[in-house]
Amino acid sequence: MKLLFEKRKASSVPALILVPFVSFLVSLVLTALLLEIFGANPFKTFAAMAVGAFGSSHGFAETLVKAIPLMMTGLGVAIAFKLKFWNIGAEGQLTMGGVAAAGVALFMERFLPGRSLLVGALLGGLLAGALWAGVPALLKTSLKVDETLVTLMMNYIAILYSEFLYYGPWRDPKGYGFPGSRMFSADAWLPRIMGRAHIGIWIAVALAIILWIVLKRTRWGFELQVIGASQRAARYQGIAVERNIVLAVMLSGALCGLAGAFEVTGISHRLQQGLSIGYGYTAIIVAWMSQLNPLAVPFVAIALAALAVGGDQVQMVMGLPAAMGVVMQGLILFPMLAGSLFTEYRLSVVRPESKASCPDPVEE
Amino acid sequence: MNDTVVPKVEMRNISKSFPGVVANDCVDLKLRKGDVLALLGENGAGKSTLMNVLCGLYRPDRGEIYIDGKYAEIHSPRDAQKYGIGMVHQNFKLVDSMNVLENIILGLRDEPFVPDLKRVRSRLVDLASQYHLDVDPSASIWQLSVGEQQRVEILKLLYRNAEILILDEPTAVLTPQESHELNRVVHVMKQEGKSAIFITHKMEEVMEFSDHVMVLRKGKVVDETSTAETTPKELARMMVGREVLFQIEKKPMAPGKVALELSHIEALGDRGLPALKDISFRLHAGEILGIAGVAGNGQRELAEVVTGLRRSSKGKLQIDGKDMTNKSPLEIIRRGVAHIPQDRVSVGAAGDLSVASNLAMKQYRSRPLAAGIFLLQNKILDFARTLIEKFRISTPSPKTQVKFLSGGNIQKTILAREIGAARTLMIAVYPSRGLDVGATETVRRQLVSQRDAGLGVLFFSEDLDELLQISDRVAVLFEGKMMGVFDTNTVNIDHIGMLMAGMDREAGA
Amino acid sequence: MDFLTSVLTITIRAGTSLTIATIGEILTERSGILNLGVEGIMLMGALSAFATVFYTHSIALGFLVAIGIGGLLALLHAFLTTTMRANQVVSGLSITLFGTGFSSFLGQRLGPASNNFRLVGLRAERIAPLAPDWAEKIPILGAFLNQDIMTYAVYLLIPIAWFFLYKTRPGLWLRSVGEDPQTADAMGIDVIKTRYFYTIIGGMLIALGGAHLSLSYTPGWSENITGGRGWIVIALVIFSMWNPARAVWGALLFGGINAVQFRLQASGTSIPASFLNMLPYAGTIIVLVVMTWWEALSKRVGAPAALGTSYMREDK
Repeated sequence: MKLLFEKRKASSVPALILVPFVSFLVSLVLTALLLEIFGANPFKTFAAMAVGAFGSSHGFAETLVKAIPLMMTGLGVAIAFKLKFWNIGAEGQLTMGGVAAAGVALFMERFLPGRSLLVGALLGGLLAGALWAGVPALLKTSLKVDETLVTLMMNYIAILYSEFLYYGPWRDPKGYGFPGSRMFSADAWLPRIMGRAHIGIWIAVALAIILWIVLKRTRWGFELQVIGASQRAARYQGIAVERNIVLAVMLSGALCGLAGAFEVTGISHRLQQGLSIGYGYTAIIVAWMSQLNPLAVPFVAIALAALAVGGDQVQMVMGLPAAMGVVMQGLILFPMLAGSLFTEYRLSVVRPESKASCPDPVEE
Repeated sequence: MNDTVVPKVEMRNISKSFPGVVANDCVDLKLRKGDVLALLGENGAGKSTLMNVLCGLYRPDRGEIYIDGKYAEIHSPRDAQKYGIGMVHQNFKLVDSMNVLENIILGLRDEPFVPDLKRVRSRLVDLASQYHLDVDPSASIWQLSVGEQQRVEILKLLYRNAEILILDEPTAVLTPQESHELNRVVHVMKQEGKSAIFITHKMEEVMEFSDHVMVLRKGKVVDETSTAETTPKELARMMVGREVLFQIEKKPMAPGKVALELSHIEALGDRGLPALKDISFRLHAGEILGIAGVAGNGQRELAEVVTGLRRSSKGKLQIDGKDMTNKSPLEIIRRGVAHIPQDRVSVGAAGDLSVASNLAMKQYRSRPLAAGIFLLQNKILDFARTLIEKFRISTPSPKTQVKFLSGGNIQKTILAREIGAARTLMIAVYPSRGLDVGATETVRRQLVSQRDAGLGVLFFSEDLDELLQISDRVAVLFEGKMMGVFDTNTVNIDHIGMLMAGMDREAGA
Repeated sequence: MDFLTSVLTITIRAGTSLTIATIGEILTERSGILNLGVEGIMLMGALSAFATVFYTHSIALGFLVAIGIGGLLALLHAFLTTTMRANQVVSGLSITLFGTGFSSFLGQRLGPASNNFRLVGLRAERIAPLAPDWAEKIPILGAFLNQDIMTYAVYLLIPIAWFFLYKTRPGLWLRSVGEDPQTADAMGIDVIKTRYFYTIIGGMLIALGGAHLSLSYTPGWSENITGGRGWIVIALVIFSMWNPARAVWGALLFGGINAVQFRLQASGTSIPASFLNMLPYAGTIIVLVVMTWWEALSKRVGAPAALGTSYMREDK
């Protein structure tokens, strides 16, 4: 009798729900251990984090502020991942979106009067993100260049380019040494609803729903699902695989670019350092934990944003490093990664086969 | 037969099953020292499984192996190596980017920390000249021709002092000239006292290379005899068998216009070698044309050319009167062509998607499943339920992911989808391979009803009985060439068997 | 010391950590495992080495701890990707995320009370330089001798790693696992063990690369001490075509850009710096494209063919 890992015969719904849940619990335990080692009471810490993130309107607003870009980039990354296109470039696409939106806001006032300036900025962000993602997509489909590193490298190029801009030609002469562009005119400001949180939240949630509808209820979404499941099967049914990959990846980039546009028009109102604090990378966690389901993305994004904001609060209240939140984010993924094995395989016990026997050889 | 000499290899009562199929059923094998034994049989007969057991890659469910009369525990390739057993597989176990020397010593634990390549090279050169296996030791594997790669594989075994060499379909990848050279190598090996078993489905090979031949069919031994005492015709009959399964009602043929026409089609295979050579034939509406032949002789490539998945380098393809040479798969689908592919798992179905999605994959572009850009989910589910019932697909629900279905049910899903969409042509490539009796019957009935409904059906199968029962005409494909088209009412099954094995002359009366 | 020599000196200094980490990642990727956790492991290596040296005043101990930490993180990656069959990209990124956050966390908690428990701004022993006085006076070649002992160790590491990979039996087995795990398995090589082993060794070397930053190059600890070097290492692995001997060129190139940037910043313009800093990343993309295209043409000089794929032997 022996124990075997064997592939599951049917998708197990209990496993799909239990695994993320148990993983989250494991990560809580690990974090609690960590806190104990450093002399902080885990329960008090977790409580402080929860209060920090949700307990006040200020805290909740800040949670939303961090959640919005996570939602947008999470959606973008989820789409790309669904086609098995490893878009690690959300950070760069977001940055270029911010750059484009800033460019429109700073220089297109003459052509876009009133609120149309804001709309133009957002569209610019969409477009820039789409194009920035289009490059690695084309390199993959036409030249088969691996997208992991290309998207990653383009992150750095984007960040450096935006640095160049706000240190250089776009620098605010009245900036008092603080690097950044001048402020946009009020027409380009994204309206806020609570504290620093802006209407981008509604757009993000709406996009999550729309994206889900597209994936599950439209012909194009169906084609994308087939491509993601089996490129060969898609080709065999006449689906244009390469063209759809490029389109979907550009959509992915557009969503990330829009996130960047939200950041500059809604939060900072200028192009400056700190446009993104790693949203593009955290987006990968968001997408993964949402199991690539657009409807789950807003929830996961808020949860992770709460961890980050809670971490900030904890720094002030309990003297723990702000990096606490980031550590927790990392700690969540490991159990989840390990646990993903159990959604595909299960432990089973193998009993030895019963022995029948071969017929005796016929004598000649 | 009685022998007083202890056989070099004896396998007794070997049985091995995989989920859903019995690969070896109480098989006995004897190999005498210095002998060359041919294992003959169609695909799926169990030859490779038996040899994988001998060389340690598989563990048999039952049975024992004796080497030189002594019981042998063979649980891994390394154990087999200790007994002097080595195998040259059909997919060579060679690392393309490395050179010959490196591949020869790969995995050898006796080699020192810093291998002395000069010593390896000189021993290799000696072996090479001894056995007529010339190859450049410094060449990288990817630079070598397939024939040369095979020589490296054999040298690998000889370097490891193999006494028993197993060759899996060795001439499948060789030119006739290279085959003769291989024969020379085998003769030298015999002189050196080595023994060999080779797996094949080609009669020519059996007659030319072997001293004894054992025929397997559906996992069981049919017969074993010395090669000198048999004829290709007899071997063909043993290989192919004469079981007749079901009688199927077939209306007499009333063929209509030409649904599919190929004229002098040529196409390259995946490796860049010619896979189809000068193929020409006509398929009429309301007719089933069966294509006989062992898998690997161009069937997949032919189906791919007809469905637009592979370019043809020469020739013309006409579907329903229109020129469709090298058009896209979508255009061909729009002409009403359906295709049941050979690779059901990776091409015919998308495992992670649901049964309903897989069923909808051909007709999702238009009504009733779609309205504008939207897919109508409830219509898709209804559509799926209808097909599930009609084809008796066994699945917990239409939303179950296809990867969880059994092979037979996946095939039924593919069948259901394709049949629903076929209007002009149906291309079915080994549709009943690996299916149980019930599913097989469904498949065959469906193909016949398609034909009765006026479609042209191009039907590839390795099972001659099935082909002859269902088809109106049958053609044989061997090494990319059409070996003849026959009316099933008048054809001689032995003749077909021989054409399938490459013998295009009447051998014996 | 003339300009060229001084640039070369800084370049070699900068390239040391890059080279060790690159060789480590080369070994890992040669086994078929892609480890995107380099940035996180480098940070943890830098932090743990610095903290250890600060308290124990022993460089050797600092190295040991860094090696231990790097090995542990890499073990986690190996476990997740090989045994648990998790996605290699996500696993590596998680390690980077965790390493970045955790090193920052520890950097604010492991310091002495006198410094608010923070490690930033502290000084500790540095890796001893081994530079005879006359080295400064020799142009060009003097730069090679004006370094610390770790750099000298790297001078040795490069040919040793090259020799190991291409001339020894275990090196041959390692290469086969990354190129064609099916064949390696059929030839009796334990693919799983190989992947674990070289991923862990790779992690150790990467952490040592981080240690060089905090104990020599910078020195000290700050949260962004690596400045994205971890990602450059991944690019350098491709740039060196998975050959340890070539790793040094890439490290020199990227190290050199760093050094030149120092000099330029000294003259006040920051504009060229941004674009100059883009060079490594843009260069990587170009190298990738060219190499992919070349590999498609000649089936040569590519990544280990099985890089990034998980391996499962057929059920028997």
